[in-house]
Amino acid sequence: MNAYSQPAGVTARDLLDVERIRRDFPILHQEINGYPLAYLDNAASYQRPRSVLDAIRHYYEHDHANVHRGVHALSHRATEAQEAGREAARRFLNAAERAEIIFTRGATEAINLVAYTLRETLQPGDEILISHMEHHSNIVPWQLACQRTGARLRVVPITRSGELRLDEFHRLLNRRTRLVAMAHVSNALGTVNPVAEITAAAHALGIPVLLDGAQAVAHQKVDVQGLGCDFYAFSGHKMCGPTGIGVLYGRREWLERLPPFQGGGDMILSVSFDHTEYNELPYKFEAGTPDVAGAVGLGAAIAYLEQVGMDRIAQHEAALLEQATRAIAALPGVQLIGEAQEKAGVLSFNIEGIHPHDLGTVLDHQGVAIRAGHHCAMPVMDFFGVGGTARASFAFYNTRREVDQLVAAVEVARRMLA
Amino acid sequence: MPKPAEPLARLYQATVLEHSRQPHNFRRMERPDRQATGNNPLCGDQVTLFLREADGVVADISFDACGCAISLASSSMLTDLVRGLPPAEVQRLAREVAAAFNSPDGDLPGDLAALAGVRNYPARVRCATLPWRTLGAALEGSPSPVSTE
Ligand SMILES: Cc1ncc(COP(=O)(O)O)c(C=O)c1O
Repeated sequence: MNAYSQPAGVTARDLLDVERIRRDFPILHQEINGYPLAYLDNAASYQRPRSVLDAIRHYYEHDHANVHRGVHALSHRATEAQEAGREAARRFLNAAERAEIIFTRGATEAINLVAYTLRETLQPGDEILISHMEHHSNIVPWQLACQRTGARLRVVPITRSGELRLDEFHRLLNRRTRLVAMAHVSNALGTVNPVAEITAAAHALGIPVLLDGAQAVAHQKVDVQGLGCDFYAFSGHKMCGPTGIGVLYGRREWLERLPPFQGGGDMILSVSFDHTEYNELPYKFEAGTPDVAGAVGLGAAIAYLEQVGMDRIAQHEAALLEQATRAIAALPGVQLIGEAQEKAGVLSFNIEGIHPHDLGTVLDHQGVAIRAGHHCAMPVMDFFGVGGTARASFAFYNTRREVDQLVAAVEVARRMLA
Repeated sequence: MPKPAEPLARLYQATVLEHSRQPHNFRRMERPDRQATGNNPLCGDQVTLFLREADGVVADISFDACGCAISLASSSMLTDLVRGLPPAEVQRLAREVAAAFNSPDGDLPGDLAALAGVRNYPARVRCATLPWRTLGAALEGSPSPVSTE
């Protein structure tokens, strides 16, 4: 059987050599309960290639000191290392300048940074527009901002197939809207939202757009200038980087307009008791000693993804998703949750008579790691009238054999529990 | 390759599956004397217990739930074990069962013995204990929902 349906003009050279790639990921080569590990929980967190682990280790073994502080050699090297990570992130997102890349702890903190600082400008009657398919981290920060300011949170509904209701989006977007905050790719459904269209419509009314790219960056090439968005958030650990580091991209114009987030060292130029002058971008938003090793690891993860090639990654994952969707959908009693035309990386489903939690345990027993539950998107679960789903999520290092292992394990669960 | 059926069969024993497929006393109750809801925020499981007392004992008990096989079976078994006991004894039982699930060899009374296999699954122990912790809250008249977290 052919591994891929090859579009015209694609040669074997363009395809990704998954067996070679897997050799770069030490963690993938282990057995769970006597079965080879099939790690299909990538939407929760990716695994790391050795180059990322080596980069972090090398940094601590050779270059670590605090940044922007010392005149000595190590402080200089640490600063350079952090800035190299920032430059990698700039290139990765195609941001116009490095100053627009703010390091955060992850996507959650990136979104909170915007919600917290934008809050200062919100007034009663203002509106924040999100969608029904958001992760809790792109809901709760806005609820908090609205509670404190009297602004109103408005929610674009979704269709039964898990797509954004664009007609409703256009209807809800209005002159009171102060920000549109949407997932680029939904973690619970896999839906890829039409973010260019969303951004264009918002900009036509002068409204800024924040995109939650946590589930997008590992699956496709992202170009923030091409998309035109004002803010873009993602987490390192969902794209082969370390936990504890993430990025907020913000257009300079907006970052200059927003007040600082946290106060402390590094974010100031001068401090006296009656006046403090804030540092330039991006440091204005980076108070305290940063996660330098995280920035180093993130840079290495970006270099790795670029070397594999985002186009090849997207193509490989699309083939896996198609294989898995076809096989799982063919099983009796299966309900797929999320059947958007444009999807990336995620297969959410339920099997009649089996709770996802039980399914997760039976799969784990056969070496298959998936996520079972509400995926931090309870409104999505409510919409589909389910308490949770089983979710298999794919990365470029997953194989067709692992998809077969998933399907066989689901069959065992069905025979045992349904 | 090992057969997945072996260790799993110890978790999903016939008794457990019978209770989860056809749970006993699985109904809401009009005007209960006591009621409490428990949540497992990690997986979204929820169980609500309803109790009615008469002549110093739990005369009727039922539950409503949205949960996995383990939490459904544990809830169903709970209703069988608790009916007819005085509240003080129920309180003691609730404490003992929750503790027994969390210890390597504590005694699990009645059909609950079939759930002993859950101890090998740290992520699933709370599915089994959720209804028991909710029971404790119902007896204390605790106003806020129980959470496993
Ligand atoms: C769509 C989406 N947004 C935001 C987040 C939050 O990411 P983190 O927990 O890394 O901050 C996640 C993580 O699951 C996600 O899937």
